[in-house]
Amino acid sequence: MIDPSESVIRFENVGLRYGLGPEVLRDVSFSIAPGSFQYVTGPSGAGKTSLLRLLFLSLRPTRGILQIFGQDAATIRRDKVQSTRRRIGIVFQDFRLLEHLTTFENVALPLRVLGTEESSYRRDVSELLDWVGLGEKMWVYPQVLSGGEKQRAAIARALITRPEILLADEPTGNVDPPLARRLLRLFIELNRLGTSVVIATHDLGLMDQYDARRLILEAGHLAIHD
Amino acid sequence: MTEIRSAFAVRIRSIRIPLRRGQARAPGEREPELPRRPMQPNPIVPPRTVARRALLALVAIMSFLACLSVAAVSIVSERAYDWRNQIAEEVTIQVKPASDGDTDALVARAVDVALQVPGIRSAVPISEADAAKLLEPWLGRDFDRSELPVPRLIAVRIAPGADIAALSRRLHEEVPNASLDDHSLWMKRLSSMANVMMMLGLAILLLVMVATALCVVFATRGAMAGSRDVIEVLHFIGAEDSYVAREYQRHFLVLGLKGAGIGGALAAGSFLATGLVARFQGSTPEEAQLRTLFGSLIVGPPGYLGALATVLVTAGIIAVTARWTVTRTLKELEHSSG
Ligand SMILES: Nc1ncnc2c1ncn2[C@@H]1O[C@H](COP(=O)(O)OP(=O)(O)O)[C@@H](O)[C@H]1O
Ligand SMILES: [Mg+2]
Repeated sequence: MIDPSESVIRFENVGLRYGLGPEVLRDVSFSIAPGSFQYVTGPSGAGKTSLLRLLFLSLRPTRGILQIFGQDAATIRRDKVQSTRRRIGIVFQDFRLLEHLTTFENVALPLRVLGTEESSYRRDVSELLDWVGLGEKMWVYPQVLSGGEKQRAAIARALITRPEILLADEPTGNVDPPLARRLLRLFIELNRLGTSVVIATHDLGLMDQYDARRLILEAGHLAIHD
Repeated sequence: MTEIRSAFAVRIRSIRIPLRRGQARAPGEREPELPRRPMQPNPIVPPRTVARRALLALVAIMSFLACLSVAAVSIVSERAYDWRNQIAEEVTIQVKPASDGDTDALVARAVDVALQVPGIRSAVPISEADAAKLLEPWLGRDFDRSELPVPRLIAVRIAPGADIAALSRRLHEEVPNASLDDHSLWMKRLSSMANVMMMLGLAILLLVMVATALCVVFATRGAMAGSRDVIEVLHFIGAEDSYVAREYQRHFLVLGLKGAGIGGALAAGSFLATGLVARFQGSTPEEAQLRTLFGSLIVGPPGYLGALATVLVTAGIIAVTARWTVTRTLKELEHSSG
């Protein structure tokens, strides 16, 4: 178990640039406590997605210190990257469901790639699918799912391994307000079960519904509203 | 672990979030038909893309051609070997007609001398009648043999390593009108021709193999161009690189075995067909001719083994290329950082 005083993620003066371009993030410092709930917000192009990509090691900082579960992102051993990633659940803005797999198979994928037997996770997956309201869509392919259903399938896939931290990139960007509210409740419930939640969003209405810490990005700089 | 897991499940079940649950149905109304689970779990690597079907066809064609060239080279080398052996086992003694007319005595003496030399298996004079038959195509049936000083021939079969030089020397010394034709000039020509054909065959084989390998490598990479998204998802949900590489390698190995197997099977089928035609019994001259033609095209065991090896190597190249492409894609994903 994680020591509550220890942070899951720590940024210290992190800077990020793509190639030779300008710095997208500048001197970003913050940390994420276990079991915490926060929004990362800011206008489009402010660097929310880039920040999330740093969080799950898809990008490395150009400068500064980034620690994930106590490991330095700059020096983490290559054979440790994947096991670290498995402690993080990620919901992509564009879902990234595999078109040739059923909803069940997409959600079960993180377990399947570990070589786990289907019989050992079948119940967990169907329960999780029921929980996100996709029980009846278990055996259909992503092509026939609506945007909101894809969103929930992507969330379920991020949750199936019960990660210590969940990252969601604009999870309400493609859904109508009532569904957005329900998804938010789902994240809140998940947070109550002990998972740290980071939601990147530019939807002010969403943040007004549930008050939580806000990490506000503006022109690469970070301001924190606790 | 299972305890934690089931505790988690219980807690999940205890939360009732009314997300688009099934609508309440009137009593007696039938449940709508739900989609059924697929009979087999879908493979991780998406099957059936256009590029992969094209790859399958290309691999089948290329391996068919490669198998044919393997067979061609094996036929040529086998025939060249046979010719050399047959000719090397036989020499001919020529006895010019004696001026006193007793050519038969000279022939008998030559046979005696030949049989005394070690390594000579047999020495059989070709009868005048047989000799006449040999000449018939040139001289016609009713020529007067006494008008033409046709030399008499003795067919000598020799064991490998027989002392041909001694035979030649002794004939020269003891039988005045006899001379030895050891076919050495003919042998030399035939042998160099066979060598040239072998080299040519090997060169063609090499070119076909290289072309096949290149085609297969590029087509595999083409067929994998659309895989980046899948590889990316697998990577980001935490799959180990070795797992992703293994899945793709297996998928493409199966595809390669299928494609190359089809090509190889077609080739083997055509080898068998020529063999059958060659063995086909018929009495008309046309059929005999056909038999001779195809008989020289019979593919022996080396041809079949070569085809099998071609199939395996081709499938192997595909699998290795797929693995290499996956590994490179994964590396790119890790180094896409700013
Ligand atoms: N792969 C990339 N290469 C170069 N520049 C990028 C890349 N991804 C994002 N950017 C740039 O980084 C900035 C922040 O983008 P992003 O993190 O996507 O912002 P947000 O998610 O807040 O809209 C933008 O100016 C964008 O153009
Ligand atoms: Mg974004």
